[in-house]
Amino acid sequence: MSAGSELDVAYVARLARLRLSAEETELFQKQLGDILRYAQQVQQVDLSSVEEKVEAIEFAELREDKSATGLGAEAALANAPRQSRNLFIVPKVME
Amino acid sequence: MSDLTAFGVAALREKLRAGEVSAPEILHAIEAKIEKFDPEIGAYLSRDFSAALKEAEKADLALPLGGIPVAIKDLISVAGQPCTAGSKILRGYRAPYDATVIARLRAAGAIPFGKTNLDEFAMGSSGENSSVRPTRNPWSPERVPGGSSSGSAAAVASGMAIAALGSDTGGSIRQPAAMCGVVGLKPSYGRVSRYGLIAFSSSLDQVGPLTRSVRDAALFLGAIAGPDPRDSTSSKNPVADYAADLGREIKGMRLGLVKEYLADGIDPAVRTSVSNAVTQFRSLGAEIVEVSLPHTKEAISVYYLLATAEASANLARFDGVRYGWRAEKATDVTDFYERTRSEGFGAEVKRRIILGTYVLSAGYYEAYYRRAQKVRQLIARDFTQAFAQVDALISPTTPTPAFKLGERIADPLQMYLADVFTIAANLAGICAISVPCGFAVEGESELPIGLQIIAPAFAEARLLQVANAYEQSTEWHKKRPRLSR
Repeated sequence: MSAGSELDVAYVARLARLRLSAEETELFQKQLGDILRYAQQVQQVDLSSVEEKVEAIEFAELREDKSATGLGAEAALANAPRQSRNLFIVPKVME
Repeated sequence: MSDLTAFGVAALREKLRAGEVSAPEILHAIEAKIEKFDPEIGAYLSRDFSAALKEAEKADLALPLGGIPVAIKDLISVAGQPCTAGSKILRGYRAPYDATVIARLRAAGAIPFGKTNLDEFAMGSSGENSSVRPTRNPWSPERVPGGSSSGSAAAVASGMAIAALGSDTGGSIRQPAAMCGVVGLKPSYGRVSRYGLIAFSSSLDQVGPLTRSVRDAALFLGAIAGPDPRDSTSSKNPVADYAADLGREIKGMRLGLVKEYLADGIDPAVRTSVSNAVTQFRSLGAEIVEVSLPHTKEAISVYYLLATAEASANLARFDGVRYGWRAEKATDVTDFYERTRSEGFGAEVKRRIILGTYVLSAGYYEAYYRRAQKVRQLIARDFTQAFAQVDALISPTTPTPAFKLGERIADPLQMYLADVFTIAANLAGICAISVPCGFAVEGESELPIGLQIIAPAFAEARLLQVANAYEQSTEWHKKRPRLSR
């Protein structure tokens, strides 16, 4: 694979719900291209001795599944940009 | 009265219990220091001394940290206080609950009083990615304090805090500790609960203390460590009495000097200081052997592929709906998210979200994310093999002392290389500490140098014992910056 050249910053930014200016797109294209070229070294590593693992971390045993008191609506809504009657209010997005 | 902010935790505890000082007096001394020096240094994003004073007035001095004020990285939730992650997207946000580490510090008698500056969402190695202002190094204000726990390190170094909490995903406690001449401990993954820590990279993040001595770090670790039902990755591995074991001598221990960590590109003063530390360890009766970590050179690549992938998922929650910044005048739902996130996040955060989204995207997942996960296992295996031969590893914490503000900001890859020695411990889930081991002289400034000691997972007692033996046989940790004004 040609290093980092397949990265289309404008496209990936849209996937990530980020809108970049033309200058940002150009700058990130170069900077992330450099980083991906550097990261190509992972392609050279011999992985024949490594078995696939599902997760990086061995999980501790999970806690018992029983109900407990949570934050409560008032605290959970305290930082909402807009709220009303225990609900988050968002701009109308459906026609 | 002598300057109370000059003392460490252990010394202040004795003074408190002897009735020589009161907890409110310590807080007042810190407040005065902050008022005098923080306009220049920029270590704090917020503080609440009136709430802290109420706590101090009723402090229970019988508790292990009774009456001791502690500064908190502004990535850790303290109920009722701002928690901005150094980001515009969380400006005005107040934490609705205490992180588990905060609840535990309170139970141990400690008093949180302020939130420290950081690189936005802990993404950075210099403190310059704070959306509010960069923090300056108290030893040389034209230089960075390191990052991302920039404010915590600068505050502890300058007497604007006695001790602080930071978080370490790839070196964010140890690297600024080294550059500011303080002790910084990254516990093993799972040793300390992450509940209430704003997530950057969930398989790497860990909370730990920044202090003036190894003993103080041991006291703080003892207070915050242990299993938490609210963090399924926290470990039930028993918590030792870290402070009690500190004094044991290290005669006969085998310490590994990591061959790959002393390769090219290391500042001569750093090399000399580490070499002197090796001599010091030998004089303490430790045996020094050279060991190899063959996958060292891939560690930065693996880190930036995996940490950004996890960050892209973790930061998806910032969408303007439930908390934080919300853009106005959106035309549709996609526009709403895009405007909110583009206005709220800074450049480095955007860069990492894009990289993380890319390495997880169809067609590239196999080549980048999945391969990096496998190389991560090889990096962990390197350490397992090294620890079959030695009790702990020693290395520089950073390749260079503190660099100048602005020097690396235009080249993210160069900035990432500042973490070359610290990243692998996070990838392997093991514990590591940075302790002061010397100074580099640059013009009129003395710049601190850090020695990193690395130990196996959950071997914090041994790690602290080795660090303490070194620290107590040297004078480096006693030196404090001379602040102007």
